[in-house]
Amino acid sequence: MYNFTFHRPTTVRQAAGLLARNPDGKLLAGGHSLLPVMKQRLAQPSAIVDLSLVEGLSGVELKGRSVSIGAMTRHADVANSQVLKDVMPGLASVPGSIGDPQVRNRGTIGGSIANNDPNADYPAACLGLGATIITNKRRIAADDFFTGMFSTALEEGEIIVRVSFPVAKKAAYEKFKHPASGFALVGVFVSKRGPDIRVAVTGAGSNGVFRVTSFEEALKKRFAAKSIEGMTIPATGMNSDIHASPEYRAHLVAVLARRALAKANA
Amino acid sequence: MSATGIGAPVRRKEDFRFITGQGQYTDDVTRPGETRAVFVRSPHAHANIKSIDVSAAKTMPGVIDVLTGAQLATDKIGNLICGWMIHSKDGSPMKMAAHPALAATKVNCVGDAVAVVIAETVAQGKDAAEKVKVDYEVLPAVVDPAKAQAKDAPQIHPDIANNTIYQWHLGEKKDVDAAFAAAKHVTKLDIVNNRLVPNAMEPRAALADYDAGTDNLTLWNTSQNPHVARLVISAFIGMAPEHKLRVIAPDVGGGFGSKIFIYPEEVVCLWASRKVKRPVKWTSDRSEAFLTDAHGRDHVTHAELALDANGKILALRAKTIANLGAYMSTFSSSVPTYLYATLLSGQYNIPSIYCEVDAVYTNTAPVDAYRGAGRPEATFVVERLVEVAARQMGIDPADLRRRNFITAFPHQTPVIMAYDGGDYNASLKKAMEMADVKGFAKRKRDAARNGKLRGLGYSTYIEACGIAPSQAVGSLGAGVGLWESAEVRVNPTGSVEVLTGSHAHGQGHETTFAQLVSERLGIPIENVSIVHGDTDKVQFGMGTYGSRSGAVGMSAIVKALDKIEIKAKKVAAFMLEAAEGDIEFKDGKFTVAGTDKSAAFGDVALNAYIAHKFTGAELEPGLKETSFYDPTNFTFPAGCHICELDVDIETGKVDIVNWTAVDDFGTIINPMIVEGQVHGGIAQGVGQALMEGAYYDANGQLVTGSMMDYTMPRAHDLPSFHVGLTETKSPSNPLGMKGCGEAGAIASPAAVINAITDAIGTENIAMPATASAVWTALQKLQAPKAA
Repeated sequence: MYNFTFHRPTTVRQAAGLLARNPDGKLLAGGHSLLPVMKQRLAQPSAIVDLSLVEGLSGVELKGRSVSIGAMTRHADVANSQVLKDVMPGLASVPGSIGDPQVRNRGTIGGSIANNDPNADYPAACLGLGATIITNKRRIAADDFFTGMFSTALEEGEIIVRVSFPVAKKAAYEKFKHPASGFALVGVFVSKRGPDIRVAVTGAGSNGVFRVTSFEEALKKRFAAKSIEGMTIPATGMNSDIHASPEYRAHLVAVLARRALAKANA
Repeated sequence: MSATGIGAPVRRKEDFRFITGQGQYTDDVTRPGETRAVFVRSPHAHANIKSIDVSAAKTMPGVIDVLTGAQLATDKIGNLICGWMIHSKDGSPMKMAAHPALAATKVNCVGDAVAVVIAETVAQGKDAAEKVKVDYEVLPAVVDPAKAQAKDAPQIHPDIANNTIYQWHLGEKKDVDAAFAAAKHVTKLDIVNNRLVPNAMEPRAALADYDAGTDNLTLWNTSQNPHVARLVISAFIGMAPEHKLRVIAPDVGGGFGSKIFIYPEEVVCLWASRKVKRPVKWTSDRSEAFLTDAHGRDHVTHAELALDANGKILALRAKTIANLGAYMSTFSSSVPTYLYATLLSGQYNIPSIYCEVDAVYTNTAPVDAYRGAGRPEATFVVERLVEVAARQMGIDPADLRRRNFITAFPHQTPVIMAYDGGDYNASLKKAMEMADVKGFAKRKRDAARNGKLRGLGYSTYIEACGIAPSQAVGSLGAGVGLWESAEVRVNPTGSVEVLTGSHAHGQGHETTFAQLVSERLGIPIENVSIVHGDTDKVQFGMGTYGSRSGAVGMSAIVKALDKIEIKAKKVAAFMLEAAEGDIEFKDGKFTVAGTDKSAAFGDVALNAYIAHKFTGAELEPGLKETSFYDPTNFTFPAGCHICELDVDIETGKVDIVNWTAVDDFGTIINPMIVEGQVHGGIAQGVGQALMEGAYYDANGQLVTGSMMDYTMPRAHDLPSFHVGLTETKSPSNPLGMKGCGEAGAIASPAAVINAITDAIGTENIAMPATASAVWTALQKLQAPKAA
């Protein structure tokens, strides 16, 4: 790890100011992606702006027809939230599948989606539920937020404050874990909220999280695994590495979508 | 059986300090004025070093010195060596390339060290290491053993043509070819035994301390055999005379073979400590461990089995290319030869066997012994061949095995080994009962209803352990003897220290060795301490590997205890005023036969030291005895593992649903520890079969260089194992022990692959059989969907 200056602001405003003054500074949320690359000397931010003392960034709240989750809410706290388990267990299961207990007790929703790792779980949930990402500057729809591998619509100095998920009557996540890392080799989030049907996929696409519109169309008739029986997606645009071919990933998208649908209807 | 004696499941004495964080590992040892070594490593798999400029690095804060391979050569520090001579079939000796601890002119794998920074802190060392300028001329690399001998393959070492270290063979080719010509059935298989990264929990570490006042060097390091390390570093590398070098291997957190070897880093730390006149410590991080710990396996094999019409095996032949990596590690040459081909008879009566092994250099990390070392590779070849042959011939796989089991002992195989005992039918029968093989067909139908393809796979394995009779291994090329030593020191108060040449790094010797002493001397187990791992305390010993600590190490203790008993009886005879021949020793008490006169063990010990009851002319005072035990044969643990698993038709994911292991380890000292060894071995074998695989890309970069890409088995990947035992005592050592440390890793890969191929109906599938690989195989078969 290289030297850096360490800042611990207590308000979002201070944090934004520090980021503005340190153009290559980095926000520290849970640190489970940032710290390993710093330790390996692959990243060398001159300043770290730690968000852990900023008030009001944590918690899971039911606000009318949405669930609002503070950006600094730990994965374990989301997974164990009774409020969330009552209204939308499908969303609660997403952070429960991340990493190991150590990661879940430190990692945060804000850090996860700001990093937009192409194999991360939360982006699938955000896109699969049509969440709204609320920053210190504006509200961004999930459909506009995830712009590619490790890239988002966030601008310089923009800080995620919370994420608002509309409560869907039916929602479920199915994940096929990467054998080594435990990230999603492929993860599929499905939801139905009135006429809004979403199928979002993480892990598989070489450009990050994406929606499967062909499945969504087919599910309009009936939100059930049967509706997409036999349907596939093309392997072009899928990731390829020693762990899985593009064909296998494309195949898993269809399998996991069916399984997620069965789970959502259970 | 007493509560703490032989056969008792005594809780491990060492665990208190381990699970309360009070173990003392090499990195926990600190010396005043300690500095840290940070290595500058090659990012290229194959390159000439045109120049190294350390001037900028030397001016960095906290830097004490920056040393290179050129200085190492100037100081006449010798190369690392491989200590087992193998001769090619044409009689020529193996071609061992120079392996300097710091590369001076050429690097041959990613991670090859080219310089070392000695700094006040690791962080300062890393900062300075980045300032070392190395000008490389990058060369093409070869990583695949099957391609290393090609005419157009890059030559890695000068004067070693075709990157070929040796072309060795064993057995009678003519007999085998004749048997194949006459065979009714021939089964052929192409097998890759995948390369593994050991990943002991504690990474390697070394701390060297030079004492300028005495000119003595002390090395703390993560070694499975500190005396051998001292011998090699002294006699071959020339670091210091043996009596001026002390090697201490304190608590060591797992080895699995990877800590047997002498590595560049410990040599460099010793050399650097003498140069900078301060202690020098290096602790590997996990990334360095992936790149520089000796890897395991990495064989490419074509194997064939000849059978008659009744499924009787007539002959076996195999051609293996073994990847030894960029340099020959300490015992690398022996692994794919005498630890491999000598076990190709398995549990079977095979009249003739012929095996050819080409060992090659590649631009990858060195490969050496890893849990099982050659024997898992042999078992995999034999047990895959037998399974496939049975299926091809329409014979039940268990039945084909039974038809060929060796049932009369001793049995001389055509590949050197003389099996001294065993009962292979017994372990197969017991395993089949425990695994409820009879109910398998119904379970398979039930699984199919849930979209799962269920399979069952056997592995009836054998291994040669208790390594090894010194004269025998010497005749095969070993540079050392493989006996073991023990010194039993009885203190005046009757407590006992055992100094053993074995080394514990997870095996529980402090418990099992003490159980032996407790039983034999009739004293509480708390009164026994096991001392190991320090060349200044313990007489020369050979260390721990090859499942040898029980069969060889404990045999040495038995021999020393025999001498203790003889001496103690002499003391007791004086105390009890009886003839020595009338003294009996039982349950910690010396009695005079036919009388009520007795003396407790502790009283005898005290009298041995106060020496008031006898004169110096009659008896030497003291009660301390040493033994060097050389085994008369290898031991032959064997058994049967049965794996039952489900394959998810849609995803290819394999779930092991049932695992049965029935092993014959001979006499068991502590069944709880043995069961733990079996569990760990199975986990590693399942890891090899389903998950683990070290992949280098064509440029020689290690793609699986971290836990993010290299899959280690986790608890949730494994079911609860059903472990059973059969027992035939080894006739080759006084306790009848056979060894249990490697069995699980040797048996299990074949059981898994036999079960997967049974489930999906294919003949072969490569390891690791990941979900992706199984799904791909299913696509090729266009397997019908389950009913």
